[in-house]
Amino acid sequence: MGILEVKGVGKRFGGLQALGDVNLSVQENTVHAIIGPNGAGKSTLLNCLIGKLIPDTGSVMFDGQSVLGRKPHEINQMGISRVFQTPEIFGDLTVFENVMIPCFAKRDGAFRLHAFESVPKEKDLVQQAEEMLTEMNMIDKRHMHAAALSRGDKRRLEMAMCLVQQPKLLLLDEPTAGMARADTNNTIDLLKEIKEKRDITMAIIEHDMHVVFSLAERITVLAQGTPLVEDTPDNIKGHPKVQEAYLGQAH
Amino acid sequence: MLGLNSKDTSLLLVVAALTMLAPFILNPFPEGSELAQFNAGYPDLMQRFVIFGIFAIGFNILFGLTGYLSFGHAAFLGVGSYGAIWMMKLVTLNVIPAIIMAVIFAGLFAVVVGYISLRRSGIYFSILTLAFAQMSYALAYSVLTPITGGETGLQLKSTDNPIFNNLAEGEIGRASLFGMDMRTSFELEAGAWLFTFNVGYYIAAVFMLLAFYMSIRIFRSPFGMMLRAVKSNQNRLSYTGLNAKPYTLAAFVISGMYAGLAGGLLVAMDTQVGPERMFWTASGEVVLMTILGGAGTLIGPVLGAGMIKYMENIISKINDNILHQWFAWMPDGLEDFTVFLIHPFIGKGWHLTLGIVFMLVVIFLPGGLVEGGQRIGRMLKGRKKTSGGDGDPEHHPKPAPHVAE
Repeated sequence: MGILEVKGVGKRFGGLQALGDVNLSVQENTVHAIIGPNGAGKSTLLNCLIGKLIPDTGSVMFDGQSVLGRKPHEINQMGISRVFQTPEIFGDLTVFENVMIPCFAKRDGAFRLHAFESVPKEKDLVQQAEEMLTEMNMIDKRHMHAAALSRGDKRRLEMAMCLVQQPKLLLLDEPTAGMARADTNNTIDLLKEIKEKRDITMAIIEHDMHVVFSLAERITVLAQGTPLVEDTPDNIKGHPKVQEAYLGQAH
Repeated sequence: MLGLNSKDTSLLLVVAALTMLAPFILNPFPEGSELAQFNAGYPDLMQRFVIFGIFAIGFNILFGLTGYLSFGHAAFLGVGSYGAIWMMKLVTLNVIPAIIMAVIFAGLFAVVVGYISLRRSGIYFSILTLAFAQMSYALAYSVLTPITGGETGLQLKSTDNPIFNNLAEGEIGRASLFGMDMRTSFELEAGAWLFTFNVGYYIAAVFMLLAFYMSIRIFRSPFGMMLRAVKSNQNRLSYTGLNAKPYTLAAFVISGMYAGLAGGLLVAMDTQVGPERMFWTASGEVVLMTILGGAGTLIGPVLGAGMIKYMENIISKINDNILHQWFAWMPDGLEDFTVFLIHPFIGKGWHLTLGIVFMLVVIFLPGGLVEGGQRIGRMLKGRKKTSGGDGDPEHHPKPAPHVAE
């Protein structure tokens, strides 16, 4: 039984069957990549996982609970943190504040009226945030406004914000989309570094096959709304069906 | 001190000193001199400074922190005022229960308006709040006349007999604080100068300082940080596990209660209220105050409120005769021409002056008067420092203008 269980998920938009019958199981402490060519249904699947879309059929269970129909903040409180295509951070806040907010969210839940407390007095949370920033080599930038960071640092900051919550599942949505080669490699290195340092479950939705080969332990290949194969990277590489999906029908 | 860091403490102390010494500071010109008309140190205007300061401080908690632009905040001021005057008419002439009632009324009304308006954001939110405020105005003006007094509003009358006061038959009650009449003033003559110390002003000033202190605490709290996060990136906020709705609603209600406090204090000072207090121009005015002073800064709204109320009361007092006196030294034709040129900007034309000032501030000082102050401060500092940069030319984190300094 995996931490994330997708069973028989189907979604239809008008005449288009975006997702057919998707079954997927993400095991704890593994890096699971979901790849596929354009239009394979990756984004639809992702939106089903985070409650943005409700599938017509099937179920999505996370840690024994259904995620369907839940709001983003509820899904986060269940233990799923999400990294976006372009880093989503609080640009007007300092780097330190950016990391403090998820700490508060983890401890206090979705809302608390702590209007007369003081941020620096939360010694435990401050320590957590500082340790996280140290781990990400960003501690010397803690007083900077997040919007002033370089693109790579924004990505690191977003990772820090997700990891400081110690999520049960880290969901990455095309983390290298639209990046130059050098940035892509930096992101891959960052993910590898994170994986080495801690036990973490990651699900990566990705278009580019090469990004995930060096990173993932399991890969699911999606084509035309259905999973073609699920296997280890080595086996996927030479798989004729995968070649066909990426090179044959798609063109 | 009081749970504030040293920088905030000194800001609070400076503001406290300025408000307490305002009767001196605002009366710099000797009585009877030509410039005496620029003196703002008379009770009525000083009360307006601090009361509208409270209004703007509260508005800033919503607009400055969350970025939600309410265009109907005067409704809460009005509801607070009506609550306060009824408390005085029926229960007691003491201002404290009236003010408490004003805050409660405005808070409850803000829960309703906020709950509905916050279903939308951006311009739609603004329009919803505007609609609520105009509906409140229309109700107060006509339909609810038995409660609100309609067009004429409500005043304390000789027929009112609050249960905790023993008023003589036909006596009109006066607002008081445990027996101290709000209108009592002490005058101090020092040479050519005349300084007025008014009980009402000092009570309002104490409330303003309390309100200011609470706003500093809110700005520095985790709650305040969440509100800034709402403004910065709501998507990230929700994927971080936080529900933006209760945060924005709490900010809305808190700022509504500030408006109610201001409304209650207005009634405590002049014991009357009319529906025009809720008119949309009144809502627009607090937006102007906040932006003029510097939205999202601690002290900005108070400065903005002071500036607008000063112009409203002082510039509108200047008339052509005064101008002729000023320019009497010019040759006749030139004098008339100068007066003709300035004429549209004074008296009833004070709005024109305000508009120009507002435009200049928005264009050249997007961070408001506070940014102006900061620039001057930096210029002075820069001059003191000898040449040589900061050492690291790569990293110049640009200060976000809305973050309180």
